[in-house]
Amino acid sequence: MTLLIVLISAVICTFLWYTKGNACRISTLCWMFWGASLMWLVDAFAEYAELHEEYFTPSAEDMLNDTFLGCSVVVFALVIWIIDLLLHDPKGIFRKKKSALKEVSEHV
Amino acid sequence: MACFLVPVAEATAITIIRKIAEHNQQKNHSALKVNPEEILSPNKTFLSETHWLTNLLWGGSALLAFEHVWHGEVTPWFPFLTAMREPDATSEMLHEMATNGIGMAVLVTLVWMGMLAVNRIRQKKNISEVQ
Repeated sequence: MTLLIVLISAVICTFLWYTKGNACRISTLCWMFWGASLMWLVDAFAEYAELHEEYFTPSAEDMLNDTFLGCSVVVFALVIWIIDLLLHDPKGIFRKKKSALKEVSEHV
Repeated sequence: MACFLVPVAEATAITIIRKIAEHNQQKNHSALKVNPEEILSPNKTFLSETHWLTNLLWGGSALLAFEHVWHGEVTPWFPFLTAMREPDATSEMLHEMATNGIGMAVLVTLVWMGMLAVNRIRQKKNISEVQ
């Protein structure tokens, strides 16, 4: 379930990157989600080799726990992305504010 | 248990190698009095393409590290990995790192190689179309 949620997020982010461009550094999210998807895919194969058919019939409790984990992973990735976005400031919002403040202080 | 440490190790090694290579490249360009951006911008060099690999490795490892914290396998206090407390758990962790961890690193590297191959083919196609 975690793999599914992260994989869906990766596809959505890649679609957004392709259609809207990388103005908001959406590629950061793409790299994170695709990297994690590949790594969890290996985990999934290892688990399948161990459990066989049982892997596809998890208990309701396991599924709920994995869904909760998957959503938390997506939120964690979004937090990393927003920090990265604010630090790099691709639209120059903070720089514009800084220069405006500088101009005001020079006039005063 | 700590399988994400193998991709982290690979990402660290590649990042360090790239930083050294970039530093050397810049040194050479400044010795020749050439603007490095003029040389690098038309064709993406192999060095810049390693960014894709490190982005995949660091990004994936960050999310996997979160999962390990979630499951209580990684702690913010010594010895940081709960599996390090007992010898049995340590050997199990090492086995998982040797199987799943190396598998993760290999799969990500293979996917990156595939991306490189596709990129090279597309570049060649574009050049032949222009010519």
